Amino acid sequence: MKSAVVLLPGLNRDRDMIAALTKISGKPPVTVWETDATVPDVDLIVIPGGFSYGDYLRCGAIAARMPVMRAIAEKADKGVMVMGVCNGFQILVEAGLLPGALMRNQTLKFVCREVKLQVANANTAFTRNYAPGQVIRCPVAHHDGNYFADAETLKTLEGEGQVVFRYADGTNPNGSINDIAGIVSAKGNVLGLMPHPENLIEAAHGGNDGRALFESVLGKAA
Amino acid sequence: MIKARITVTLKNGVLDPQGKAIEHALGALGFDGVGSVRQGKVFDVELQSTDKAKAEAEIKAMCDRLLANTVIENYSIALA
Repeated sequence: MKSAVVLLPGLNRDRDMIAALTKISGKPPVTVWETDATVPDVDLIVIPGGFSYGDYLRCGAIAARMPVMRAIAEKADKGVMVMGVCNGFQILVEAGLLPGALMRNQTLKFVCREVKLQVANANTAFTRNYAPGQVIRCPVAHHDGNYFADAETLKTLEGEGQVVFRYADGTNPNGSINDIAGIVSAKGNVLGLMPHPENLIEAAHGGNDGRALFESVLGKAA
Repeated sequence: MIKARITVTLKNGVLDPQGKAIEHALGALGFDGVGSVRQGKVFDVELQSTDKAKAEAEIKAMCDRLLANTVIENYSIALA
C-alpha cells in the first residue's frame, strides 16, 4: 500500500501522520505540496490536521481551493482512498468531497482531550478491523468540530451508513449533530473525522485504539 | 471602479454559538430586551470593472465559490 500526505501552510499534525503511516505500513508516505497539480499513484491520500491558512475566512476554506485539491477530487472520483483528519476533515467538506459543514464548537472553547468513539459502521474500508459498535478511545484537539448538515443530508448519511464514528458515552466535545465525529462519502472511499487516530497507535501514546483504522485502510488483516 | 459590499449571514436554523455569547454579553451590560443576536461577516470588494451587470455576476460567483459556505450561510450583495 502506498500513501501520500498533503502538506499545506499552517498544518501541524503532518509529522504525526507521517510517523503513523510509516510505522503501520512499513514505508514512509510521499508528500504532496498544496500547489501540486497532480498526485502520484498511491492507494491512500491523507490530509492531516492543523490550522491551514490560519483558519482565515472559514476553517479549511482557503486550503480547499488550492490546486492539489482538484487533483485529490479527481483521484477520489476514481476510487482512491482519501482521509482527512481534523483540519483535513474541514478541508474535505469545504472542497465538497464530503457533505455538511464544521462549525465553531458549541461551547466556543478549543477542546483538547480524550473522547470515546463508537464505531457506527464497521463495514467500511477504514473501519473493517474494528468490531461493529466497538467503543474506542481517541484524542481530539479542535475549535471547529461541530458537524452540521441539513435535515435531508443527515437523513441520507444516517440511512446509508455514512456516519462512521460517533462520540460515545456523553463525550461529544463540540455539539456535533447526532454526535457525529466522522463520515464517509456515498462511495465509501473518502473519510473525514475530527478525532486524531494517529495520536493513539502505540504504547508510548498510552494506547493503540487508533491503530486499527490505519491497519484497515492500509489493507492489513485484523 | 465598482465597490461591492457582501454580507454573509448564517442561515435560519443553523446554530450560532458566537451570536448567543454576544447576546448574553449584551444582557450582562444591562441592555435589556435583546431578542437575539446573529453574527455574520462583511466583505468590501473593489472591482476594476465599470460594467455593473458583469460585476454583479462576478461577485456572485466569488460568493458561491469562496466567500460564503452555502451549506450554512446566505449572502447578499450591494453594489455602489
